[in-house]
Amino acid sequence: MGKLSVMLGNWQLENPVIPASGTFGWGYEFAEWFDINILGSISLKGTTLKPCAGNPTPRIAECRNGILNSIGLQNPGVDAVISNEIPQLRKKFNKKIIANIAGTNLEEYVQVATLFDTVDVVALLEINVSCPNVKRSGMTFGTSPESVSNICHNIKNAVKKPVYMKLSPNVTNIVEIAKAAETAGADGLVLVNTFSGMAIDPATGKPVISTKLGGFSGPAIKPIALRIVYQVYEHVKIPIIGSGGIVCADDVIEFISAGATAVQIGAQNLVDPFVCPNIVKKLPQKMDQYKIKSLSEIIGRSHL
Amino acid sequence: MKKQIIYKIKSNRCLAKDVFLLTLVGDVDFAPQPGQFVNIKIEDFFLRRPISICSCTNSSLNLIYKVIGNGTKKLSQMLPNQELNLLCGLGHGFDLKPAIGKIVLVGGGVGAAPLFFLAEKLKEAGANFIAVLGWQNANSIFYLREFSSLCPVFVATNTGEAGQKGFVTDILKTMAYDYYFACGPLTMLKAIHKCGKPGQLSLEERMGCGFGICLACCCNSTKGNKLVCTRGPVFFSNELIFD
Ligand SMILES: Cc1cc2nc3c(=O)[nH]c(=O)nc-3n(C[C@H](O)[C@H](O)[C@H](O)COP(=O)(O)OP(=O)(O)OC[C@H]3O[C@@H](n4cnc5c(N)ncnc54)[C@H](O)[C@@H]3O)c2cc1C
Ligand SMILES: Cc1cc2nc3c(=O)[nH]c(=O)nc-3n(C[C@H](O)[C@H](O)[C@H](O)COP(=O)(O)O)c2cc1C
Repeated sequence: MGKLSVMLGNWQLENPVIPASGTFGWGYEFAEWFDINILGSISLKGTTLKPCAGNPTPRIAECRNGILNSIGLQNPGVDAVISNEIPQLRKKFNKKIIANIAGTNLEEYVQVATLFDTVDVVALLEINVSCPNVKRSGMTFGTSPESVSNICHNIKNAVKKPVYMKLSPNVTNIVEIAKAAETAGADGLVLVNTFSGMAIDPATGKPVISTKLGGFSGPAIKPIALRIVYQVYEHVKIPIIGSGGIVCADDVIEFISAGATAVQIGAQNLVDPFVCPNIVKKLPQKMDQYKIKSLSEIIGRSHL
Repeated sequence: MKKQIIYKIKSNRCLAKDVFLLTLVGDVDFAPQPGQFVNIKIEDFFLRRPISICSCTNSSLNLIYKVIGNGTKKLSQMLPNQELNLLCGLGHGFDLKPAIGKIVLVGGGVGAAPLFFLAEKLKEAGANFIAVLGWQNANSIFYLREFSSLCPVFVATNTGEAGQKGFVTDILKTMAYDYYFACGPLTMLKAIHKCGKPGQLSLEERMGCGFGICLACCCNSTKGNKLVCTRGPVFFSNELIFD
C-alpha cells in the first residue's frame, strides 16, 4: 500500500481524496480541467428514482467563508444516471465510484439502492438521509435514530454492496444516530452533510434563496464537522468519511487524525476546480513535514 | 476551451456612473467567443463573480462591469499590476449563423458590454446591423463612440437626457428588423422576447461554479431546466420560457 492509500472496508483507495456529492457533477465534466484519475474516487450527484427538476432559483447565496445552497436534488433519475452518466464517466475515470442515493420515501431509497447495486463500478452506496433542501424527504429521514436505523436496515437487506449513511449535522445528538446506523448494519458513515442555514438581503429583508432555508457549507463549517467526526469516532467501529469545509492538505490530515478514513471535498470545487488534485499533490509533502509515514496509520490519532 | 488564467491588471478605470472598464494582460489562448464570460476570484469573497467579455486581443481582455454590491466594489478598488485569477472560456456565446437580414443588437445598461464583442465579430463578417442601446440617464452611458465606429447606434434614456426618452423597446417598435441579439435587465429581455421575432438573449442568474457543476443557475426552457452557465448564458428566443 502506498503512503496515501487507505481502506474503506475491503475497498482500497489510492488516496483518500473524494469530491463530494453535488459539487462534482457526474465527474466527467472535470476532465476538462485535469486528469480526474488522480482522485481517490468520486461521489456522484444525489440520485432519485424519477427525474427531479430541483428547486426554483435563486438556489445559491454567498455567505462569509461559505455558501448556502438549495439545489433540490436536480437529477435525471437513476435509470439515466446508470445508462448515460456513468458510462460517460467511465471513459474518463478508471476507478470505482460512489453512488449517492436520495428519496422521498423508504421504498424509493430501497429501489434506487437496488438499481445501483447492480452497477459494477459502484464501490459503495452512500445514503443521503441529510439533504436539507427537499420537502417531505431528505433530512427528515436523518434526524432520528429510529428512522436512520429503519432506512439502513431495509437497504442492507436489499443490496450486496457496502452501505454508508451520510448523516445530517442538524440534530441534537449525532452520536446516537451514528450508533443506530452501525447497529442497523451500516458499513460506514459520511459525516457530515450541510448545515441548515439562511441568508437575508439587508436591503429588502427578504430571504435570498427561493426556499428561504438552505444547506450551508464551505470553510466556515470545518471546525464543527471536525468535532463531529472526532465525537462519533469514539463510539463506532465502522469507517468514517469526513466532509465539511475541507480546502487543503492540512484539513485532510486533521480529519484523518480525528478519525476519518477518507474525506470528501465539496463547496471548494465550485470556486477552485483544481482543489482536489492540488490536495493529492500536496499531501505527501505535508506528511514528510509532519513525519507521517502513511495516512492509514494516523487514523484517529487525536484520540491517543 | 475552459482555462484558469492569472492576469495582471493593466488599468481599471471609471467609464460612467458606477461602471468600470477593466483591462487585463496575459495569455488569451482560450478562443473567446462573444457572449462568453469569465468567472473572477475576488479576495475575501467565496464565490467568483461572472463578467462577460467585452473585447479582447491575443494578450489582453477588456471587461466592463457595474458596481452592484461588495464584490464588484472590491473589484473597482483593484490597482494596476495587481493579479486576478479568472476561469476563462465559460458559457455558450452568441451564434452568428442564424442571424440573417437586418440585425439589431439590443443592450440595456451594462448589458451593452458583451454586445460590443459581438458587434466586432459581425463587422468582420460583413453583416448588416445596428445597435439600440438603453440607459438610465446621460451619466450611465458608456462606449457610445466605440459602438458608433462599428454600426449605426440609437440611444434611449429613461430620463430623456440623451437620445430618445423611453425604453429600447420604444425604438424597436418603430423599426423593421429580422433578427436580434439582446443583453440587459430581465424586464427588458422579457419585453423583447414578447415581440416574437427570432433572436438570441443573454441571461443572468446567480451562479455557484459557472461551469456546469453545482446546478445553481437554471432557467426554464422548452426542453426543461437548462443551466445558464453552460447551455447559456445566450439562448435562442424560441427555447426560452419566461413566466
Ligand atoms: C453570465 C453573466 C455575465 C455577466 N456579465 C456581466 C458584465 O459583463 N458586466 C456586469 O457589470 N455584470 C455582469 N454580470 C452580473 C455580475 O455578475 C453581478 O453584478 C455581480 O456578480 C455582482 O456581484 P457583487 O458582489 O457586486 O454583488 P452582490 O449582490 O453583493 O453579490 C452577491 C452574490 O450574488 C451574485 N449576483 C448578484 N447580482 C447578480 C447578477 N445580476 N447576476 C448573477 N449573479 C449575481 C454575486 O455573484 C454574488 O454571488 C453577469 C452575470 C452573469 C451571470
Ligand atoms: C451545491 C451543492 C450541492 C450538493 N448536493 C448534494 C447532494 O446531491 N447529495 C448529498 O449527499 N450532498 C450534497 N451536498 C453536500 C456535500 O456533498 C457536502 O457533504 C457538504 O457540502 C459539506 O462539504 P463542504 O463544506 O466541503 O461543502 C451538496 C453541497 C453543495 C455545496
